[in-house]
Amino acid sequence: MRSMTRRSYAALATGAAFALILAGCSDSGNKSPDASSTGKVDCAAYKQYGDLKGKTVSVYTSIVDPESKQQTDSYIPFETCTGAKIAYEGSREFESQLPVRLSAKTAPDIAYIPQPGFLKSLVADFPDAVKPAPQAVIDNATKYYSEAWVNYGTVDGKLYATPLGANVKSFVWYSPKEFADNGYTIPTTWDELMTLSQTIADSGRIPWCAGIESGTATGWPATDWLEDVVLRTAGPDVYDEWVNHTIPFNDPKIVEALATVGDVLKNPAYVNGGLGDVQSIATAPWNEAGNGIPAGTCSLMRAANFYQANWATDVTVAEKPQDNGVYAFYLPGKTADDKPLLGGGEFVTAFSDRPEVQAFQAYLSSPEWANEKAKVTGQGWISANSGLDASLLQSPIDIMSYKLLTDPAYTFRFDGSDQMPAAVGAGSFWTEMTDWIATDKSDEAVLTAIEKSWPAS
Amino acid sequence: MSVPSTPVDNLVDVPAEEGMSIQNKKLSRIEKRAIAARGKLSSPWASGIAIIIAVLWTIPTLGLLVTSFRPQSQIQSSGWWTLLSNPGLTLDNYDEVLFGSSTKFATYFVNSLVITLPAVVIPISLALLAAYAFAWIEFKGRNVLFVAVFALQVIPIQVTLIPLLSQYVKWGISGSFWTLWLSHSIFALPLAVFLLHNFMKEIPASLVEAARVDGAGHVKIFFRVLLPLLTPAIASFAIFQFLWVWNDLLVALTFAGGTTNVAPLTVRIAELSGTRGSSWYLLSAGAFISIVVPLIVFLSLQRYFVRGLLAGSVKG
Amino acid sequence: MDWFINADTTGHKLALMVVAIVLFVAVMGAILFAVDRPKKIPTWVVATGFLAPTVLGLGFGLVYPGLKTIWSSLFDRQGKNYVGLDNYITAFTEEQFQVVLRNTVFWVITVPIAATLIGLVYAVVVDRTRMEALAKTLVFMPMAISMVGASIIWKFVYEYKPNQPGVNQTGLLNQLLVWLGFDPQQFLLNAPANTFYLIVVMVWIQAGFAMTVLSAAIKAIPDDIVEAARLDGLQGIKMFRYITVPSIRPALIVVITTIAMGTLKVFDIVRTMTGGNFNTSVVANEFYKQSFTIRDQGLGAALAVILFVLVIPLVIYNVRQLRLTEEIR
Repeated sequence: MRSMTRRSYAALATGAAFALILAGCSDSGNKSPDASSTGKVDCAAYKQYGDLKGKTVSVYTSIVDPESKQQTDSYIPFETCTGAKIAYEGSREFESQLPVRLSAKTAPDIAYIPQPGFLKSLVADFPDAVKPAPQAVIDNATKYYSEAWVNYGTVDGKLYATPLGANVKSFVWYSPKEFADNGYTIPTTWDELMTLSQTIADSGRIPWCAGIESGTATGWPATDWLEDVVLRTAGPDVYDEWVNHTIPFNDPKIVEALATVGDVLKNPAYVNGGLGDVQSIATAPWNEAGNGIPAGTCSLMRAANFYQANWATDVTVAEKPQDNGVYAFYLPGKTADDKPLLGGGEFVTAFSDRPEVQAFQAYLSSPEWANEKAKVTGQGWISANSGLDASLLQSPIDIMSYKLLTDPAYTFRFDGSDQMPAAVGAGSFWTEMTDWIATDKSDEAVLTAIEKSWPAS
Repeated sequence: MSVPSTPVDNLVDVPAEEGMSIQNKKLSRIEKRAIAARGKLSSPWASGIAIIIAVLWTIPTLGLLVTSFRPQSQIQSSGWWTLLSNPGLTLDNYDEVLFGSSTKFATYFVNSLVITLPAVVIPISLALLAAYAFAWIEFKGRNVLFVAVFALQVIPIQVTLIPLLSQYVKWGISGSFWTLWLSHSIFALPLAVFLLHNFMKEIPASLVEAARVDGAGHVKIFFRVLLPLLTPAIASFAIFQFLWVWNDLLVALTFAGGTTNVAPLTVRIAELSGTRGSSWYLLSAGAFISIVVPLIVFLSLQRYFVRGLLAGSVKG
Repeated sequence: MDWFINADTTGHKLALMVVAIVLFVAVMGAILFAVDRPKKIPTWVVATGFLAPTVLGLGFGLVYPGLKTIWSSLFDRQGKNYVGLDNYITAFTEEQFQVVLRNTVFWVITVPIAATLIGLVYAVVVDRTRMEALAKTLVFMPMAISMVGASIIWKFVYEYKPNQPGVNQTGLLNQLLVWLGFDPQQFLLNAPANTFYLIVVMVWIQAGFAMTVLSAAIKAIPDDIVEAARLDGLQGIKMFRYITVPSIRPALIVVITTIAMGTLKVFDIVRTMTGGNFNTSVVANEFYKQSFTIRDQGLGAALAVILFVLVIPLVIYNVRQLRLTEEIR
């Protein structure tokens, strides 16, 4: 017994020591430039939040490494100027854990909620736990955000949450070099997009690639497809009625839109370049589906601006034609003037009304924070905050996304599945769209099944 | 089952035709083992089956091991078995796993250890006591209670989360190690009691009776007679309890929160897949880092699976 | 008090751990000391002393939440209005539920049998060989990888890429098919075979459990019996059939029961590999989905109760085994 104990201690100690040494080494390398730059922070803009020395605000989110580092970095000026401490916790199980914590009355001070539908159900289920936004936050919201964005954080006429980050989903990724070599032009209408697909197909290649596998959330990229097309074939007003369930989920207009999606995703001549047949869309991981574009096995993939994080390290995101280069164009509307825009984002929700929590909430809705976040992020982040200084954005795709978000010519709509009740938005909508592809279930059958699953109340 | 009452002395002797000198009891046993081993290996069927299973069981893990050293772009474009034609191994994945976070990796490592050890020791001790009572103490309702304890295995941990967490919050211990030790111990008990009880039943009643006649109390019977015989069973349960706690994510996330003060290794590894689940390639490296400790534990506990403990005590 | 709750340095944490273990040992010692008076203390007091910690812990941590689950299965999604058996009706009339139930039963029958059989055979054939430690480690390894980790490994194995120029297979199984001249298969997509491929993963994991426990049991077979049988001329399969298996019967029951229980509850594999799509879902996965993703508390609880019910055959089987051993003794 004794010898065993000693031996395993030795083994454990060696392991721990190894980890410690390595951790020590990396620390010196990790001294980031941000740390020194924050020393020069001008605290004038932070005076309004008062002195919060010794106070702690806990933040719970679904944002994990490496993006969480950019989050915590962006709080540094607030922490240095007010003296408050932000305790950040990110978890991939956020959406299942948050209601557990609320039920057990151990809520975080602030949570970033990625779906307006989730916010709505939290307000309904835990009316005492969710705190309405304080005046300073309301002021920021009305000043810096468009009405649509403010509305997504409003439940029953009361503002609860302000947007944090934003993303734009109406993009088609392509290879600028392939387009230049073959003389393809960027389509500006849906019909041109279809003509382009046909041209590529006629040349003996398969134009589109797609993947909707995403573990437990498998199917969501397909719901985005349908939402984007509903916005185009039926228009934003019908879209709102559909999302709010004032028209049935299987309204003829939606059936028509799904058929339009099917013209691409269920057309064996158009999919699934380098990944297999139509069915393979169901099992292709969404974050790897685009690899065929730089590899030359497909030409087009509809995906959000955040797909840029998924390209391999040797792929460059740029508009200029080059080897291994990719870029995205706006998924065109019915006509060149018809410009609906599908997107998403997270919402800052408070479960406490302590002054330091409200101050941090106000900070997160201010342009100061948005600019700080843009500075520390590098690439892959935008906000719908109109006070954001676009020159701070570093990736071309971020700059274009921000331009589209703030351009009044584009009609913005929030991701529909994120606004629907979870039974649909995180349930039947995903699974039925997956069946639609995997088992070739008919358009009507899919939409009727989803309609049936819509909760009664 | 019962031990046949064959005269013990006959069995200790190695048959003379094997031509071995018997110097002492210990040597004879080693040699018996050698004979047995030779017997086993000479059966080509047995070796064949062993090799086939071992290979089938190892290849997927081997694939993961190779994958964990390959760069991200290659993982997606070619199979791991093309390693020889696509050289280019990298430690980047491990580097990212170990040092990619603002919290030192060692912190998670220590947390895992601190969570796991009591969460293994406590349920085993409690279950040994309970199993002893169920196996060797006559009392009313014994079988009903035992079946009830055993049936509790089926309750999914998920349904206990909210009631338990609410209590911990009331007691003011949420977010501490105590919640994890307590929860893991409770969740382990039904299986531990069931497993240890069934092994305890195996021990010939005559041994316990004999000790009782000699005037030994429960404690003495437990430690002197039963414990040595149960070592293999305890060791195997200890390994599995260790694994379950070491690999647990759900309990840790719920009761300890993700705060780095208490969060175990699994919390860090779960984060690796990225906010949008886009970097699964890091998980291969993460999986191998977290497998090291359980393997060490398994190897060091193997010595407790020794043959003949029971036989030895029958003779003694 | 604060010292016991908040530990933030490594030294403090380790100290707290030691204190916890010492505290626990002290309490246990006190119980043992109190009951260790062979003749003077009535049996029921001893039994109470030995069982109380376990029963209290289980009552608090499992029985109470279990009862609460049964109770909330009679209420609506927010747990506010009483709905009677509506949740059960929903569960059973759901279009997919027949498939889910069929899958679950298939899992619970196949996994324990396959895993136990493989674990047993392996434990026997590597027993007392020179490479035993290494051989056992290899089969034990999947057990040491978490379920999610194992699912990721097998997702790699099953990965599908079309058979066309310029595209390499990245899944080993499909590469083997291509080498042999077949077309690559969508292993996880086509029902009902895909459930079988998921079950393979669970068997792969659980065989290590079976092997370890059964190997310990095999080693506990008294040498006398083995030697006596050998002198009687028993060898190979016969030894296995007439000596090994009967001797470790209790361990076999433990292993089969434990794996069956674990299989009933398993959802990580399904969740990670197919997300419950393509007709592969099982009751535990539906329970998790309803409770935590869709947050329909009532329906989630009802599904958990269905899990409780599914375990009854196992309980009956074990009760009968218990009676059997009692009789033999």
